[in-house]
Amino acid sequence: MSSFYRPETIIDATGFAKSGGDAAYLAGGHTLIPAMKSRLRDPDALIDLSGIDGLDTIFRDGDRLWIGAMTRHVDVQENETARDAIPALSSLAGLIGDPQVRNRGTLGGSVANNDPAADYPAAVLALDAVIETDHRQHDADDFFEGMFATALDEGELITRIGFRVPQAAAYAKFAHPASRYALVGVFVAKYAEGYRVAVTGAAAGVFRWTDAEAALNSGGSVEGLRLDSEDLNTDIHASAEYRAHLATVMLRRAMGDMK
Amino acid sequence: MGLAQNQTGDTVARMTISLTVNSARYTLDVSADRLLVDVLRDHLHMTGTHIGCDTSQCGACNVLIDGKAVKSCTVLAGQADGADITTIEGLAKEGTLHPMQAAFKDAHGLQCGFCTPGMVIAGIAIARRHGHDVDEKTIAHDLEGNLCRCTGYKNIVKAIKAGAAAGGGQ
Repeated sequence: MSSFYRPETIIDATGFAKSGGDAAYLAGGHTLIPAMKSRLRDPDALIDLSGIDGLDTIFRDGDRLWIGAMTRHVDVQENETARDAIPALSSLAGLIGDPQVRNRGTLGGSVANNDPAADYPAAVLALDAVIETDHRQHDADDFFEGMFATALDEGELITRIGFRVPQAAAYAKFAHPASRYALVGVFVAKYAEGYRVAVTGAAAGVFRWTDAEAALNSGGSVEGLRLDSEDLNTDIHASAEYRAHLATVMLRRAMGDMK
Repeated sequence: MGLAQNQTGDTVARMTISLTVNSARYTLDVSADRLLVDVLRDHLHMTGTHIGCDTSQCGACNVLIDGKAVKSCTVLAGQADGADITTIEGLAKEGTLHPMQAAFKDAHGLQCGFCTPGMVIAGIAIARRHGHDVDEKTIAHDLEGNLCRCTGYKNIVKAIKAGAAAGGGQ
């Protein structure tokens, strides 16, 4: 790492990112720094975003709850505006990592990284969010592109995320007991026009469970629903068949916790 | 910001950072890839903050940054520029243990002692978050980011409960 920048404006931050070499934005650092320690990442330059004012505000505007990209998990968990608008989102933030991790990790960092077992992508997708960056907006449905991949261009910086306030929502996850990442997490959001169901942890990236949405929209039972394990991950923590089973259980739990 | 080579021969930025540790102000010239825990231990010779896992799991390296408990193995020196940090060395005042430290001593909340600095810092944060009458279930849950390899959790939880009751959130 030959450079460490701490810009005070978004324009300076994106300018550094475009100045050549492999530059990485540093938000809370709770994915990037471990990745650097294990030699998975070796950026030439780090651009620390913590010096930019205004990236950690939370406010409601009509049917959207806007949360700044540098907002720490603990603040999403505890902020009254967030809790009142979408309690399921605040609850989700309180399930990430542990208290020390939640004091550092950020919404924008998690969404930009798109870890296949991260919690926030499920909320972004189920809550029909808008991902606002330094120069455009992305719809959640077009944003996540599989494992650690998103629609962000090189150097594009997430500034805030607007979650569409649902009538009711809930998130249920079966956490890996050590890392607290989701073996499977299911986020359910109910809107006037129907349900949106997003699944994280189970496959190469977050995805919408359209069969579950159709069943819920028609008032049917979710008991018989099962994801095709052909499409799911197998690793040392869980088989694809077990993840398929867990998804059904987490969906049922989320439906029992809607508020 | 200049450049230098680290132990593995890579070119690394050097930078000057200013930070407050236990109410004393320091200005240091460090490699940008140094971790805060290394700055505390190797530059400031405050070795009370321990490195247990170095992978953000165990919490032995917990310190308070601007009043919030944080794993100092997962903060870069540059991120700590301008921060106000409290380590385990900064808790006792004029020879009197902080209430949370005293509670760990009284409740035998340690065996080998390696995780203790991080546990005490976590305990202070728990007392601040949940108040003086926090229950044992809440304490146990909020210790999910701290590991004790002696598995001495029972007395650690008792110590934090007693420490919170004795004003350990201050």
